Amino acid sequence: MAEAEPSRHEYQLVEPSPWPIRGGISALLLASGLLIWIYQLIWPAWIVFALGVLGVAGTMVGWWREVVREGEAHEHTPVVQLSLRYGMILFICSEVMFFVAWFWAYFNTALFPADGQQIIRDQVIGGQWPPQGIVTSNPWELPLLMTVILLSSAGTVTWAHHSLLKNNRRGLKIGLICTVLLGTAFTCVQAYEFLTAPFNYGGNVYGGIFFMATGFHGAHVIIGTIFLTVCLGRAFAGQFTPQEHLGLIFAAWYWHFVDVVWLFLFAFVYVWGT
Amino acid sequence: MGRTTTTVPGAGAAHDRPVGWRRFVYATNHKDIGTLYLLFALCASLVGTALSIFIRLELHEPGLQFFTNPQYYNVVVTAHGLVMIFFVLMPALIGGFGNWMVPLMIGAPDMAFPRLNNLSFWLLVASFTMFISSAFFGGAPGTTGAGTGWTLYPLLSTKGHPGPSVDFVILALHLAGASSILGAINFITTILNMRAPGMTMHKMPLYVWSILITATMLVLALPVLAGAVTMLLVDRNFGATFFDPQGGGDPLLFQHLFWFFGHPEVYIMILPAFGIISTVIATFSRKPIFGYLGMVYAMVSIGLIGFVVWAHHMYTVGLAADVQAYFVAASLVIAVPTGIKIFSWIATMWGGSIEFRTPMLWAIGFIFLFTVGGVTGVMLANAGVDRVLQDTYFVVAHFHYVLSLGAVFGIFAGWYYWFPKMTGYMLSETIGHVHFWVTFIGVNILFFPQHFLGLAGMPRRVADYPDAFEGWNYVSSIGAYVAVLGALIFFFGLAEAFYRKRHAPDNPWGEGATTLEWTLSSPPPFHQFEVLPRIK
Repeated sequence: MAEAEPSRHEYQLVEPSPWPIRGGISALLLASGLLIWIYQLIWPAWIVFALGVLGVAGTMVGWWREVVREGEAHEHTPVVQLSLRYGMILFICSEVMFFVAWFWAYFNTALFPADGQQIIRDQVIGGQWPPQGIVTSNPWELPLLMTVILLSSAGTVTWAHHSLLKNNRRGLKIGLICTVLLGTAFTCVQAYEFLTAPFNYGGNVYGGIFFMATGFHGAHVIIGTIFLTVCLGRAFAGQFTPQEHLGLIFAAWYWHFVDVVWLFLFAFVYVWGT
Repeated sequence: MGRTTTTVPGAGAAHDRPVGWRRFVYATNHKDIGTLYLLFALCASLVGTALSIFIRLELHEPGLQFFTNPQYYNVVVTAHGLVMIFFVLMPALIGGFGNWMVPLMIGAPDMAFPRLNNLSFWLLVASFTMFISSAFFGGAPGTTGAGTGWTLYPLLSTKGHPGPSVDFVILALHLAGASSILGAINFITTILNMRAPGMTMHKMPLYVWSILITATMLVLALPVLAGAVTMLLVDRNFGATFFDPQGGGDPLLFQHLFWFFGHPEVYIMILPAFGIISTVIATFSRKPIFGYLGMVYAMVSIGLIGFVVWAHHMYTVGLAADVQAYFVAASLVIAVPTGIKIFSWIATMWGGSIEFRTPMLWAIGFIFLFTVGGVTGVMLANAGVDRVLQDTYFVVAHFHYVLSLGAVFGIFAGWYYWFPKMTGYMLSETIGHVHFWVTFIGVNILFFPQHFLGLAGMPRRVADYPDAFEGWNYVSSIGAYVAVLGALIFFFGLAEAFYRKRHAPDNPWGEGATTLEWTLSSPPPFHQFEVLPRIK
């Protein structure tokens, strides 16, 4: 049997890097800073948390800038690109499971408001969902607007991607600009919704679950918008080719994940839960 | 600034080897990061073992000897559990041996994401720092530290601990969770995408399979824990009422979310040990593992079914009878694939040429003792039996048999097996055998009597007990001191190996060691498999 040529590997070995330790220290500052702030352990109480935020943000910028440089320097061979795809998919899977926890909390009470065994809770909620005394907002006003905004933005990001595939860079840029604007619009509408909600965050399970679930979703929208803005900047800088544009693909995947989570929220929290 | 790398003359950039502190602090080499994890786990094991000795010293006799305020006993019990699970077992089995051996066993030059690998390690250090800090802040009124049990149930962990201590534990869990999720993503990608040409999935070593399944479980289970402890955080500090009935919340919600993570977590701790045991048994029987496919799909089944049995930890909270019946059935089902593995290990040894080297002692010990722990688990899976035994020492005995005598024996088997490969030195067989027997005797004296205590009704997580339980508690504590003696022998053996410097060959174990790491030098070169091996 003829021996095949021995293959030199095409994986990416990385030189020693300071970003992981910087990230670890920043995470420690962020975590401890949060508690120092909550418990007012030093003065000014927010200073360690602020350092942590700067550290984490700085680590993200520095590290991902390095990754982009490595990509532009052709270190991302096809097998490395496949690894990056696996990594992004698995990361999004972990985010999906995070939202599973919040939906579990929601359905735990919404499906069984009159438990029978939990006497105090039954009295407080009044055996119904939404709980007694809670006025919910009309799902066909702001929430419907937010749904339309996000679904449109899914369309515009797909338009941007397909434009790039056809080497239409103008379409790529305009599509991304529209997506970023729509994402920002969603966040603004949600901020307005939060500020004018007819129920409180604290003291009641409806408010707690509503604000935490939609709030974490909103945070992911902001993250996705930032990711897309970075892609927009890279598009203007002439990066991304029709053949290689993993950053854009990952931003689009993330954006679709955010969109799907919203659809579940809209269907089960806003529409069904009213 | 000091040099970061040193260049071998005449070699390309791939042969640059980092020197100085940057080699480890900025590490991007899977072997160096594996070493960091193993050293971390070793240090944490000293803390975890010390905590367990405090427990056994207190329970040595009835009455309160050291913990005049019993809340501090609860803090020690909580810390013992969290340290052993998150800072000893997982870093050793997954971060340590996983990082070291998975790339070697699949013929890869490193992990898929070398920098992310290092971030996982430093996040664990950050997590441990937060966790140690928790002991120094207020917990329950009038005391410091989190005395909630590692399970952190509200309302004890919310209203019952108004001070910052529990918040430090919550954030420590966030950081450890992030560390493990990122590490899991790394392992899955590496195993799926970077196997050497010719190594199909069904030719992968069983240890690699065990890490793949463990990593998948981590990605799916840990985020749910993150959600649960975030709800705890906002209940404690921001006025939310997820778990407070007065606000319409449900304390059981936490238990469901926690155990949805918690049950896969215990399989996460044992599956890599299964992988190590398969490797060691095959090597020292000089036979391939019996029923490779059965072993693979047994692990896959355990991983899958492990996600739908969580409420067998909640049989006494008032679940409907039908619900309990389902969980009984599902939990009993898991015994089947586990039994397949036990029988396959025995079948591997049958007709083999057995060599009782130190790693093999630990592996055979594992098979026997894990089976004992497994059968008490089958007993506890029955809701009727558990109605009586829940929160007694019977449960404590069960999980220590599968963990201390299962997972830990797996760690020692891996340690003695791979130490020559990692360091280039041989450990003394004599000291290794003494370590094994002293530990074996010690942990059995420690934990076996706890079955009797549990059946007699002694509750767990109590600093004091009625005089009737005195006898077996005394015996159990003696066992603990013997086990500690074993640990000292272990450290002596390490020191002796580094002092004597007996050089290890590429393969010290003979023809039974068939995985790829034994084709490399001991220790391996800084960069291996620059030319990928071809697997037939």
